[in-house]
Amino acid sequence: MQLESLYQEIILDHYRHPHHKGLREPHDAEVRHVNPICGDEVTLRVALKDAGAEPAVADISYDALGCSISQASVSVMSELIIGKPVSDAMATCDEFVALMQSRGEAEPDEDVLGDAVAFAGVSKYPARIKCALLGWMAWKDATAQAMRDGETQLRRE
Amino acid sequence: MTLDVARIRKDFPILDRTVRGGRPLVYLDSANTSQKPRHVIDALAEFYERHNANIHRANHELGEEATEAYEGARIKAAQFIGAADETEVIFTKNISEGINLVAYSMGNAREGRFRLGPGDEIVVTEMEHHSNIVPWQMLCERTGATLRWFKVTGWDGQLDLSAIGELITERTKLVALVHQSNVLGTVNPVREIAEAAHAAGALVLADAAQSVPHMPVDVAALGVDFLGFTGHKMCGPTGIGVLWGRRELLDEMPPFLGGGEMIETVWMERSTYAPPPHKFEAGTMPIAQAVGLAAAMDYLNEIGRDAIHAHEQQLLGHALARLADIDGLRILGPTAPAGRGAAISFEVDGVHPHDVGQVLDELGIAVRAGHHCAWPLHRALGVQSSTRASFYLYNTLDEVDALAEGIRQAQRFFQVA
Repeated sequence: MQLESLYQEIILDHYRHPHHKGLREPHDAEVRHVNPICGDEVTLRVALKDAGAEPAVADISYDALGCSISQASVSVMSELIIGKPVSDAMATCDEFVALMQSRGEAEPDEDVLGDAVAFAGVSKYPARIKCALLGWMAWKDATAQAMRDGETQLRRE
Repeated sequence: MTLDVARIRKDFPILDRTVRGGRPLVYLDSANTSQKPRHVIDALAEFYERHNANIHRANHELGEEATEAYEGARIKAAQFIGAADETEVIFTKNISEGINLVAYSMGNAREGRFRLGPGDEIVVTEMEHHSNIVPWQMLCERTGATLRWFKVTGWDGQLDLSAIGELITERTKLVALVHQSNVLGTVNPVREIAEAAHAAGALVLADAAQSVPHMPVDVAALGVDFLGFTGHKMCGPTGIGVLWGRRELLDEMPPFLGGGEMIETVWMERSTYAPPPHKFEAGTMPIAQAVGLAAAMDYLNEIGRDAIHAHEQQLLGHALARLADIDGLRILGPTAPAGRGAAISFEVDGVHPHDVGQVLDELGIAVRAGHHCAWPLHRALGVQSSTRASFYLYNTLDEVDALAEGIRQAQRFFQVA
């Protein structure tokens, strides 16, 4: 059965025991993303912090409803991205999106993606790619929003 | 009445193929779209190979043949639902377009019974497919009319008719409701609601996408004013559906899409319109698809929708019993076969519908997971989404057993059983 290659043990672990779950303060932006195909949804908050030359991800917190893939993905992402400078985090996100679009052909880079390489099998199932991307797209959107708001604030100051 | 399912299955070439690395296909997604028998596939090919031409405007032999085939499909569709006259049958691309056609035509009305404005009301139900909610929301936004709805009683999946007197009033212009729910399987008391609507002076539209393919449906017996169904759920091609409406209403209703074929005379300043049904069929229609739909109706007529319904009731009874045996599984809607059709949605404790569907898919069993375009209904029942297995004339009792075993396998895989 191919199921084990899709549902890697890491994915099932994160599904059963999600990391960083629950909405927390403080936060700089909050978004709600929905997968209209299945109704899966995530409300996600991002807090940024100053870390030298550029902002870094201080915290990601979320509340989510959905399948094992979408739940595990947002958990793995939070684990991977919290603490990273925003530009690194964005690059990681791009790498994950590329992996999802690879139709199972890509060799994921574990140095960049960490536990998220476990999702490589998802890219063979077009119907599930959106599940894996839901949390990542929400994070990207929230972070862009937080950065815009940050700039507005800077200009005001 | 028992169907010779083994013989019927031979009519559907796709049922011979394997999926996911050599597993036989167990297709339990016919409420989504049905498979196509050889007769329909051949009818499409034959039309394109032998008779292809535009209709009503090609004065040559092919044009005559194509027109006859297309208009023949209209006559067949009228007979299929007990319509008085084939001019009451409008071809659309699907039922969503059929419902939008009525909604936009009402929005175009400046006077008469179709005109809508503030104070007027459209009534739908909480168990509608999005295609029978959103067009009415949009119509209400355009006209200032108000949308109201029947609620569902709960997990038993019935319409709550206790407030019918307050919902359907002299302000109601139209009641739009589903004949058979695509999620719950519930067959609604359309006639009873239609009588209440007519007594209040309102029109009634029935979404029959899930009933016409599976049981005999008669527009006069239902007592409705409009009824829509779609070809691809009844062994026909995609891209063709039917909107039936009472002729006097179609005469009065303004057109929706303007263009070729729907006119009587065109001047630069204004136009007059063709009589129904052509008034509502602008542009070149899906001709081959209408011919394919006619072949599908021939096929279903030959087997008989009574016999198909009886077969599905047998599958349904077996499926409801097998699913009831599974710990942690809850069925959305009626749990006995009476008053329901053979689409069964369910929830499995601890396993998300997408994951149930994934395990089943791996076993070659095709079902649908999600909200099935009925988000408000799922919200009303307090579930985010569900898994749906739906049966048709080509399904077998063995496939029901495969479904039940597959669900148990999903429970084992996700360690909830």
